[in-house]
Amino acid sequence: MEILTKDFSLAAQMVKLFDDNHDLIFKSDTPEITDRRKIALEVFKRLGFPDNKDEKWRNTDLKKSLQAEYNYYFEPTFQKGIDLARIFQCNIPHLETDMISQLNGWFISENGGIKKHADGVIVGSLAVAQKEFPDLFDQHFGRYADNEKSGFVALNNAFACDGVFIYVPDNVQVKMPIQIVNIIHHDQNIFVQNHNLVILGKNSQLQLVQCDDSVDHQRSLINTVTEVFIGENASLDHYKLQNKNDVATLINSLFFHQERDSRLSTNCITLNGGIIRNENYVRMNGENCEANILGVYLVDKFQHVDNQVFVDHAFPNCQSSELFKGIVDDSARAVFNGHILVRPDAQKTNAYQNNKNILLTDKATVNSQPFLEIYADDVKCSHGATVGQLDETAMFYLRSRGISIENSRMLLMYAFAAEIINHIKIEPLKIRIDDMVKKRLRGELSVCEQCVLHCSTMEKPINFEIDLSKI
Amino acid sequence: MEKDGNTILDEVTKSEYKYGFYTDIEMDMAPKGLNEDIIRFISAKKNEPDWMLEFRLKAYRYWLTIKEPNWAHLHHPAINYNEIIFYAAPKKKKQLAGLDEVDPELLDTFKKLGISLEEQKRLSGVAVDAVIDSVSVKTTFTDTLSKLGIIFCSFSEAVQNHPDLVKQYIGSVVPYTDNYFAALNSAVFTDGSFCYIPKGVRCPVELSTYFRINAANTGQFERTLIVGDEGSYVSYMEGCTAPQRDENQLHAAIVEIVAMKDAEIKYSTVQNWYPGNAKGEGGIYNFVTKRGMCRGAASKISWTQVETGSAITWKYPSCILMGDHSVGEFYSVAVTNNYQQADTGSKMIHLGKNTKSTIISKGISAGHSSNSYRGLVRMTRRAENSRNFSQCDSLLLGDKCGAHTFPYIQTENKSSIVEHEATTSKISDDQLFYCQQRGISAESAIGLIVNGYAKEVLKQLPMEFAVEAQKLLSISLEGSVG
Repeated sequence: MEILTKDFSLAAQMVKLFDDNHDLIFKSDTPEITDRRKIALEVFKRLGFPDNKDEKWRNTDLKKSLQAEYNYYFEPTFQKGIDLARIFQCNIPHLETDMISQLNGWFISENGGIKKHADGVIVGSLAVAQKEFPDLFDQHFGRYADNEKSGFVALNNAFACDGVFIYVPDNVQVKMPIQIVNIIHHDQNIFVQNHNLVILGKNSQLQLVQCDDSVDHQRSLINTVTEVFIGENASLDHYKLQNKNDVATLINSLFFHQERDSRLSTNCITLNGGIIRNENYVRMNGENCEANILGVYLVDKFQHVDNQVFVDHAFPNCQSSELFKGIVDDSARAVFNGHILVRPDAQKTNAYQNNKNILLTDKATVNSQPFLEIYADDVKCSHGATVGQLDETAMFYLRSRGISIENSRMLLMYAFAAEIINHIKIEPLKIRIDDMVKKRLRGELSVCEQCVLHCSTMEKPINFEIDLSKI
Repeated sequence: MEKDGNTILDEVTKSEYKYGFYTDIEMDMAPKGLNEDIIRFISAKKNEPDWMLEFRLKAYRYWLTIKEPNWAHLHHPAINYNEIIFYAAPKKKKQLAGLDEVDPELLDTFKKLGISLEEQKRLSGVAVDAVIDSVSVKTTFTDTLSKLGIIFCSFSEAVQNHPDLVKQYIGSVVPYTDNYFAALNSAVFTDGSFCYIPKGVRCPVELSTYFRINAANTGQFERTLIVGDEGSYVSYMEGCTAPQRDENQLHAAIVEIVAMKDAEIKYSTVQNWYPGNAKGEGGIYNFVTKRGMCRGAASKISWTQVETGSAITWKYPSCILMGDHSVGEFYSVAVTNNYQQADTGSKMIHLGKNTKSTIISKGISAGHSSNSYRGLVRMTRRAENSRNFSQCDSLLLGDKCGAHTFPYIQTENKSSIVEHEATTSKISDDQLFYCQQRGISAESAIGLIVNGYAKEVLKQLPMEFAVEAQKLLSISLEGSVG
């Protein structure tokens, strides 16, 4: 265990930590991977942690998070006497998933860390995959997560030791959704860096649910990088659920690499968190790709959520559509930064970008930057952004039918968020998230003692107390 | 005067940049480069009071401490500030009393530009202040205006004759610490226009300034200050041209507008600096800071711009809506062709309650050019019930050009509404087909469609300008089809 104190800057300490622990970091590397780590560290030395002077980070201040003291571990660490079985009881009613658990960034499993199914699907720990499937690992690891994107990505690429590894071979449709549950539970402040790698072969199909949760109220800094390779004509349905405590800082960088004719749908649901930054990078590396990038965020108190989306249209005939909606309460801050790049030869591109926000108080802040950068002429691109309040006429309509202010507000806010939730294609998951959003809007959903998906056991369905006959 | 179709066509297709001539006038120039001595030289030349020199030196010292900004979506070689002549003026022998005494060469220049000072004075009822190489050469209509108490003169005259007003308002909207080019301008500005409209006066004529860079290697640094006192109204127009040269010339201007309670100021620009040739050589680097402050309640500032010239345009006319119920507007058409680059847009900063702003921006890019809209809409905590609507459309003509949109939206209160929408597209084949089928050539069809597309902005321009702007649009896009 290493303790990172605030006597020196975190960046300097990380560099020292890397230099002092070569044996631990490089232990199962091929020389090529070691080189990639070293290059990544050099990039980190140059970039450092981002600060407010950086255009992309102007509205997200990490000073406090970076000044705290953290512990850093090079091997799995759990609190003593912890009941793993109790923490990971996550299940979604009526939905069977293949569940993968990560505690403090380390893969947990009883059966050697990796499973190879009969149809060739591999699911398991990244550390084990590196040893057992070096070819696959070397071919994809660090290929899509561009060090130059930010200091966090470079640092993760240098340090990454564990995370989730998923491989779906060509022509395989995975029936059962895979659920990754990433829980932070420790008695000290910790800094966690995990790296996930998901590879989809040609014509394959996968549904992936990724959950980030805190169990306790310790401060944590989590720097996650997920690399996803979507092969030709493959299809990925990706859901991300975030329910962290109010002092957690989560930097979540997702890199999607799409080959031709592939389809991606990613949906990010942020319910709670201290500082959450989601960076989505989508590169369309072939013709006829389709990407739907959706998100909904519900923040209050002093929470901060930042969604960054970068869609790179490098080839013709691709489509992308972004829709992010947020409800911002109390003194919370929401940031959206969308960037669509249409490269010179990417003709016949269709790209849409939309960010809608509801501000509930005068202390809340929304910063929205929907950017378009277009170098091809035969394209249809549009973007829109709105910031406003709940519609007064709709409120009046509901109130005049005898619905209380509270309930009318709930109903309108819920309807606003539902546009995103309705895009969830896994029915039981949709019902569950629907339920959680309602609870969240009522202030009943807190950072739970249990995993988000488990804690709100649906004993009786939650309904608005509205007499529908009056409407 | 009727012209037959052929002559018009000839005129349109042959004209490249028709203002590319150079007038040989005896010039008074400072040596190349920039240092405190040059600033003292400029100040002494203009016979300025000490406070003005102090202001310049403070700005210069601040300028030395900062770096040129690089966040804009522009690419250009570094500007060597030591190669620029910061002061160039037509040699004047004595104070001029009337037009007869103006250098005939100079009058000729303005005739070629289509602004015959004499004629305009009599016919169109527009008061013109002509600025050549950053020194004001002639202001017309002064008498009529002075009867109403309106002050419209060159900046240097204002410094001499109305020092209190200048001292009160200079730097109050764009302080010299604002940005790199504002600091540079504050240090070396040579002239410009000054305009003051007293309480309750509605200016009966359009005020107009014509800027021209003439000499080689010079930079033009003019400064415009417009103050509208309570309940006043003025419409102000600005036009610019420069000779055709191979090297790049720098233009870094400042425009400050102050609108008091109930005042309304309308500022229109047709910017047609030399854009460089078809290969992207030469042209003006246009780095301009324009900002208006709605200081009083219910005041209104409206910016309209047609940007067709300059190799590089870096310009964000802004409104600070300080007074309650104040209104800010921005209408823009920016055309880039060949290798031109434009990074332009607007900032609307809402400070007062119930303030309103509108941004309509139309970008047209052709050739190898790059055209960016960059705008900020900020609703501060105090700006309750404020409203903004922004619309930025881009039209792409050709597959080698770029059109970009970088809006920034910041909202800090719950009662304001901000809307932003943007689209990027090309001229649809259906529209073209429809026109061509009816015997309209591809070129004219595009001109027609582009003009229709820009109409929303053009109709905001004063009449005299609207005609010129429409012509400019078609000339700028010429040869961009096919």
